[in-house]
Amino acid sequence: MSPLDLLLEPLQYDFMVRAIVTTVIAAVVCALLSCWLVLVGWSLMGDAVSHAVLPGVVLAYVLGAPFAVGALVFGFLAVALIGAIRGTSRVKEDAAIGIVFTTLFALGLVLISVTPSQTDLNHIIFGNILGVSEADLVQIAVLAAIAFAVLVVKRRDLTLYAFDPMHAHAIGLSPRFLGALLLGLLALTAVVALQVVGVILVVAMLIIPGATAYLLTDRFGRMLVIAPVMSALCSVLGIYLSYWLDAASGGLVVIVQGAAFAVVYLFAPRHGLLGKRLTAGRRRAAARPGAL
Amino acid sequence: MTGTIEVDDVVVRYGEVLALDGVSLSVRPGRVTGLIGMNGSGKSTLFKTIMGIVRPEQGRVLVDGGEPAAARRRGLVGYVPQSEEVDWAFPVSVRDVVMMGRYGRLGLTRRARPADHAAVADALERVELTGYADRQIGRLSGGQRKRAFVARGIAQDARVLLLDEPFAGVDKRSEATIVRLLRELADDGRTVLVSTHDLHALPRLADEAALLLRRVLFHGEVPEALRPENLARTFGLEEGVA
Ligand SMILES: Nc1ncnc2c1ncn2[C@@H]1O[C@H](COP(=O)(O)OP(=O)(O)OP(=O)(O)O)[C@@H](O)[C@H]1O
Ligand SMILES: [Mg+2]
Repeated sequence: MSPLDLLLEPLQYDFMVRAIVTTVIAAVVCALLSCWLVLVGWSLMGDAVSHAVLPGVVLAYVLGAPFAVGALVFGFLAVALIGAIRGTSRVKEDAAIGIVFTTLFALGLVLISVTPSQTDLNHIIFGNILGVSEADLVQIAVLAAIAFAVLVVKRRDLTLYAFDPMHAHAIGLSPRFLGALLLGLLALTAVVALQVVGVILVVAMLIIPGATAYLLTDRFGRMLVIAPVMSALCSVLGIYLSYWLDAASGGLVVIVQGAAFAVVYLFAPRHGLLGKRLTAGRRRAAARPGAL
Repeated sequence: MTGTIEVDDVVVRYGEVLALDGVSLSVRPGRVTGLIGMNGSGKSTLFKTIMGIVRPEQGRVLVDGGEPAAARRRGLVGYVPQSEEVDWAFPVSVRDVVMMGRYGRLGLTRRARPADHAAVADALERVELTGYADRQIGRLSGGQRKRAFVARGIAQDARVLLLDEPFAGVDKRSEATIVRLLRELADDGRTVLVSTHDLHALPRLADEAALLLRRVLFHGEVPEALRPENLARTFGLEEGVA
């Protein structure tokens, strides 16, 4: 079989086309958001919010409401609870996060177990990219478009918030509003991504692309290009691998992203473990008299 | 007068810790005021209170005769943070940082216009960082980093400049540049409040000094502020001060 066939064969199935389109959409939006999350230091928060949305999604399913609404409500509820526990007791933030998101996630599991038609809901936990329907795709596309537009329009404010919230405050912007905006986008994006990789692995798509891009450049503007492009490529590769290996698609999407991070971690020219030395070595060689 | 700061009987507490205990201070435009105090004396807290980041449980602050929030919205307040508060690995260039000073006057997406690029170039020139504009902010020396943030305040055209320890970890040359800049800004009619440990630079830098130890112990001329008995009280060398 020629390499071209390897690429084209899966595309004769509608479900595979839908899977790839959905994955690219989710990968791009998650990767954009992840650039801010890794810089603000909210990776753990991303983990928490993406797990905590589960009961909201289940309730929305039961009530016939849009998933996004349930997810937003529980996303904010989780953040409010974490803030309350941290602020009013001697428990530190990481413990507060751990307590809140596991409890809410557990609530989601229990709700799933007592809700008829469990198969659908189990897909939320592990992702069901190959079973995305036309309607799902439309919902994901709309949510992703909203998140994408807000991120692009507000990108400079969000970067200022991430870099120097005090200055944002000093010039009359509201760091609190910008923080809440980022959280809202986080909840929204979690809904987009959970169709692809499931609740448990969403956090990977919300951290790995931004972290990878951060190792590759010192320009935030470039991170915003590198992260989505890499994430989209990795995700599509993951879907193909899952098709050819007949293995879990959500899992493979994340594994490919993790592998890409590993390569960059080692070989990135300036910030990579080995790349740093190679670059320095080359510079030394160039500086030696008589070197080419 | 435009750009005055009035702090009146301000008390700030972080949980159990009493950080400011009845601070009253009035800072005038056209002068450089040095804020002197040891570690933990409340300098940063006072700055944060003036900026409205920390809410006092008692007392009030007026900037330019009105609520600090109104002054902030008008872009009057510029802030140069203490080094420890900045993520120096953040992927922004020196130019990006200085441009952030212009955000208050830009539209929805904060897209810079030619006038903003010109203001940023101007500010960079004044702090002698023109050749460093495209460097990542962390790839500067301590003094250059400070100057970048001062440039941000200049690009902002702030009437009131609050600088938290601009001389910490700064070499002599950068210190001289910063002192000269702050003097120029004050001569321009701006209000400049600078916290510092650096007592040697104080006479060259400041027109007046305020000594802080949870409250203002002294506020007046620099030579008088530097008298041993005043410094002893400020730096807790006297008996009975923790
Ligand atoms: N966020 C906070 N939570 C609790 N206590 C705080 C907080 N910030 C400051 N403090 C306490 O308030 C007091 C004043 O701190 P502040 O940072 O204002 O001092 P400073 O004069 O700026 O010190 P330094 O010279 O070390 O910067 C200190 O005792 C400090 O421990
Ligand atoms: Mg301080």
